[in-house]
Amino acid sequence: MTQIKTHYNRRSFLKVSAAAGGGMLIGFSWLAGCKPASKPEEMVEVPNEWFEINGYIKIGDTGMVTIYSPNPEIGQNVKTSMPMIVAEELDVDWKNVVVEQAPLNTGFYQNQFAGGSLSIRLSWNALRMAGATGRRMLMEAAAKELSLNVADLTANNGVIKEKNGERSVTYGEIASKAVGIEVPEEVALKEISDFKIIGTSRKNVDGKKIVTGEPLFGMDLNRDGMQLAMIQHPPAFGMKVKSFNEEEIKRMPGVKDAFIVDTTIKEATWSDVNAFTQLIAIVGETTWQLMQAKKALKADWETVGQLEDSDLHLQRLEKALVNGEIEESRKDGDPDAAFKKAAKVIERTYSSPFMAHNTLEPMNFFANVTENSAELIGPTQTPEALEGSVSKLLNIPIENITVDMTRMGGGFGRRLYVHFGVEAAAISKKFGGPIKLIYTREDDMSQGTYRPAYRSKYKAGLDENNKLIAFSVRGAGLPEGPVFPNRFPAGAVENYLAEKIKAKTNISTGAWRAPRSHFTAGAEQAFLDEVAEIAGKDPIDFRLELFDRAINNPVGEKHEYEAERYAGVLKLVKEKANWGQDKPDVHRGVAAYFCHSTYVAEVFDIVLENGQPKVKKVWCGVDCGIVVNPDAAINMIQGGVIDGIGHAMYSELTFKNGAPDQMNFDKYQLIRHSQAPEEIEVFFVENEIAPTGLGEPGLPPAVGALANALFKATGKRHYHQPFTSNQPVVG
Amino acid sequence: MATFNLKINGKEHQVDVDPSTPILWVLRDHLNLLGTKYGCGISQCGSCTIHIDGIATRSCLTPVSSIGNYNITTIEGLSENGDHPVQKAWLEHDVPQCGYCQAGQIMTAAALLDNNPNPSDEEIDNAMHLNICRCGTYVRIKQAIKTATKI
Repeated sequence: MTQIKTHYNRRSFLKVSAAAGGGMLIGFSWLAGCKPASKPEEMVEVPNEWFEINGYIKIGDTGMVTIYSPNPEIGQNVKTSMPMIVAEELDVDWKNVVVEQAPLNTGFYQNQFAGGSLSIRLSWNALRMAGATGRRMLMEAAAKELSLNVADLTANNGVIKEKNGERSVTYGEIASKAVGIEVPEEVALKEISDFKIIGTSRKNVDGKKIVTGEPLFGMDLNRDGMQLAMIQHPPAFGMKVKSFNEEEIKRMPGVKDAFIVDTTIKEATWSDVNAFTQLIAIVGETTWQLMQAKKALKADWETVGQLEDSDLHLQRLEKALVNGEIEESRKDGDPDAAFKKAAKVIERTYSSPFMAHNTLEPMNFFANVTENSAELIGPTQTPEALEGSVSKLLNIPIENITVDMTRMGGGFGRRLYVHFGVEAAAISKKFGGPIKLIYTREDDMSQGTYRPAYRSKYKAGLDENNKLIAFSVRGAGLPEGPVFPNRFPAGAVENYLAEKIKAKTNISTGAWRAPRSHFTAGAEQAFLDEVAEIAGKDPIDFRLELFDRAINNPVGEKHEYEAERYAGVLKLVKEKANWGQDKPDVHRGVAAYFCHSTYVAEVFDIVLENGQPKVKKVWCGVDCGIVVNPDAAINMIQGGVIDGIGHAMYSELTFKNGAPDQMNFDKYQLIRHSQAPEEIEVFFVENEIAPTGLGEPGLPPAVGALANALFKATGKRHYHQPFTSNQPVVG
Repeated sequence: MATFNLKINGKEHQVDVDPSTPILWVLRDHLNLLGTKYGCGISQCGSCTIHIDGIATRSCLTPVSSIGNYNITTIEGLSENGDHPVQKAWLEHDVPQCGYCQAGQIMTAAALLDNNPNPSDEEIDNAMHLNICRCGTYVRIKQAIKTATKI
């Protein structure tokens, strides 16, 4: 057992308990109170009475346990894995656990957001302590009841027993007595080797509800008296609404109101990224009626900025690579001199267009705003930021705003930005009643917070022995450059230069699954593959040589990765894929990348079917520390691989006169069934390092490994995404 | 506006709506059957898949007026207790990530297996081609369809 300070005090628990008593923790109409929707046969009986132990845990008189999952669920499966961590330290049987989504409660929970693959990493200790604190309180209550000391008791699977005797008491029997117990200031955590739940595969707690079509998503929310709302934004970036045929629209069937809302937030923060802050809003009874009303809109738009197109974007990126403003850089040794004396210099340019997030559930939010309060329910990765923005825009005190999180039909970074929740609140306020705002697919795709367009120039110098003596990268992005100066190969090359360059655009952009890493990994890993080929070296050996340098004699003061772990995943995947044993008609590529504190290496096998390349099999080696829920972790990496292939191969958003050319899935191509690999095998490095995230790191190396395997299959190097396009299209 | 009598999941429903209304919105807005999802509105993503007389159909482009006496099955009516072989296989493989597209994937897969109890990989790919999963659960979906053939 490890003694650890809880950082809790009695006040924080009381605060959340009071909130729970007020019914705040169970705010959703479709959650059947505390009863699980469908009780599996083997589960204990549904309790008559529940007892709040702390803000994470509630125990019923039958021993059923409710664990609140604090963070938003976007498909990364934290609604299962976070409660698993609590249940482990509480020491209960997982089959008697029901999980509920916690609302935003900044007074108790920390880091209630879904982004940067950070949920498990940031909450690992807090979740363990929540469980351990609950166990300790139950044990203290039992000790009192049995007139023993806590040291005389053991707790296991929801039962507390005396060590030297026969007496025992279940959590359900003692829960009522634990309610008044002082919250311990120090608790003991389990040894990692004693874990019974963490490290075992547990099914998605919402699985049954998903496959039976229960209403879990923001789009599905329904309230008595609620109206629906839709918005119409200007047809292009750089345009603004002046007026529209308001009276005509208001007379249309089912339409209750129509008006222009302004959602301009003073002192905006990063999460307030928004394509358009003046929107036409239509409120009405049904979706189809609103869609008809949208079609009947006749608006006057005015041009207030430049109407950009893809040719202009390409020019800006090319110019930025020549003389753009450098945001961040790193220099080791003397790259200029090293390139001059190099026997071979290799220089390549890589690019990628803008991309949309395209969560399959379009943006939506429920809002019920009164003069001085706001109830907000919907899909958000950043509930706290949403609360703050609504407070600022509508001048409502934070304490009068509640945010409940629905299961999200995908996030990928799109729902880090809060504008659609803010728009819902502004529309509800102006309309004077509860509304649910829903975007059409076209609304969603044409006013995104897009993945930026990128262009990077990589350069490598080899000496006469084919040793990499110089490496440089200049990367420009609209608006942010795709360069991480302190990541690999920083620390592994004597003469090194990395420059991150920004360029201007009025297209709204933001974080998109593995921001910048998705592009950087593809470009850098494809480039190193080509350098290794020119050097006449095996691509894995070539990388391992570089890691050896970073391990034994690192260049510069610091780098952001642990070279041993980086090399470790490459060695793992090398072994599992039998790298080096060539199979006829199978073409292999490899890549490795470190981002979001997790290391992933991937090997792709491509075959030619009717002359067309097809990804047959993918092997992944992953080091994310302790794996909480192995099968779900595999699912996440598999998804990242498929997502990486799809976006590298097929997806792009191009612009003409300030408007995207693609507004729906007829023109914007996402990967489909037949284009996915047949098999993706995932292997984890086993260690006892605190867990890091998996939502993002599986994607970036897929882009590089795909490009490298495609080269082997077709003899063609791919420098420009999407790989299916013959033209170097940028944005 | 016109009155339509619809047979959905074995029950009769009467709705009074504009005849051009896609059945998707009749289900979601008028009958509170929310399992069928909106994804694109142009029959490209498959999230809205339902069965009309057993045939997998995109409900987002199917006007209510075109349905007549046909039987409609939605994800809510695919099985009594969520135990259709495809649903069971989906749970066995723990397929969903975000879960939003899965009702549509399941409905397409169930219709496929009704007509073709032992589809080849290529037949699965062809049948599932119009169902997008943005999370990338395709490998598991295929495994689950193969498992469902054995349940």
